[in-house]
Amino acid sequence: MEAEAAKLLGTALAIGLGAIGPGIGIGIIGGKAAEAIGRNPEAGGQIQTNMILAIAFAEAVAIYALVVALIIKFV
Amino acid sequence: MSEKIIEEGASEVSKRGFEVLTGMPELSIKAEPIFHIGNFAVTNSLILSTVVIICFAIIAILYSKSAKSKKKSGLYYIVNFILKAIYNLFESILKDKVLIFFPLLGSFFLFILLNNWFGLLPLVGSLLIRVEEHGKVFHFPLFRGNNADLNATLSLAVISMVLIQINGIKYLGFKGYIKKFINFSNPINFFVGVLETISEISKVISFSFRLFGNIFAGEVLLAIMAFLIPVLVSFPFLLLEVFVGFIQALVFSMLSAVFLSIAISSHH
Repeated sequence: MEAEAAKLLGTALAIGLGAIGPGIGIGIIGGKAAEAIGRNPEAGGQIQTNMILAIAFAEAVAIYALVVALIIKFV
Repeated sequence: MSEKIIEEGASEVSKRGFEVLTGMPELSIKAEPIFHIGNFAVTNSLILSTVVIICFAIIAILYSKSAKSKKKSGLYYIVNFILKAIYNLFESILKDKVLIFFPLLGSFFLFILLNNWFGLLPLVGSLLIRVEEHGKVFHFPLFRGNNADLNATLSLAVISMVLIQINGIKYLGFKGYIKKFINFSNPINFFVGVLETISEISKVISFSFRLFGNIFAGEVLLAIMAFLIPVLVSFPFLLLEVFVGFIQALVFSMLSAVFLSIAISSHH
């Protein structure tokens, strides 16, 4: 396989596989947060703040994969 | 959006005074240097962040003038509202030390927010300027979003983490702070201390790459979308980028606040 083809394949696989984990993770975080707010609507503000923080951490992993894909493609 | 002309007729077209963009937009991860001051290369992202700083300075001067006069202008109330909202946000995380750290965290939030949003303005990324480098002629965008440059986000991350360490040492004393990382009481604590050290270093990388990845990927997305479907489709993506810019500023400053509150509190 030539280098150019391998590069394109690497780019696609990097971001494609790298987004599976964070996607599932963010879904679980959102679901648990919604459930927690449903059980205890008074603590809604605090739960929302913690949820946004946790989602940022999970999304960062997807962004690492995206940066690797961009580096493979453009550098 | 970062686009560079890659066709051969570019130099011919530029003599006519306007640029025609055809072909796939050429996106570069590095910010391109526009001119040099001595040995220091001034890149297009640095130029845009200078514009943002000038904007801040103007708003600050207008605000302080309005605060001193009897009749307050509308800008005064808007800025007050924004500052109060940010203050409430950090008060929930930092509880009683919020006034000490509010200048730092508020600055992070507003600086990153304005940099992200200025990267979406009309001329950014599309206004090209002719640059001669090693005899070759390039056309680089004159402005580029500041946080789409890894240097800028890395410097913000380093500033944040260094200040967190310094404040931790200031509040817990040097010995008290080092005890979190080097702890010989039992093997498990030693291992946890090593993990904590590695985690501190990885926070720098995590901060910088989260911000860089989000904003740079947004720019690439906007450029590719505008290239694929030149009519109307860019609009929802622009709204998405406005939202993402706000969330990333929020996440950066909130994470700094959370790590700060962890560093200045003694757990055991």
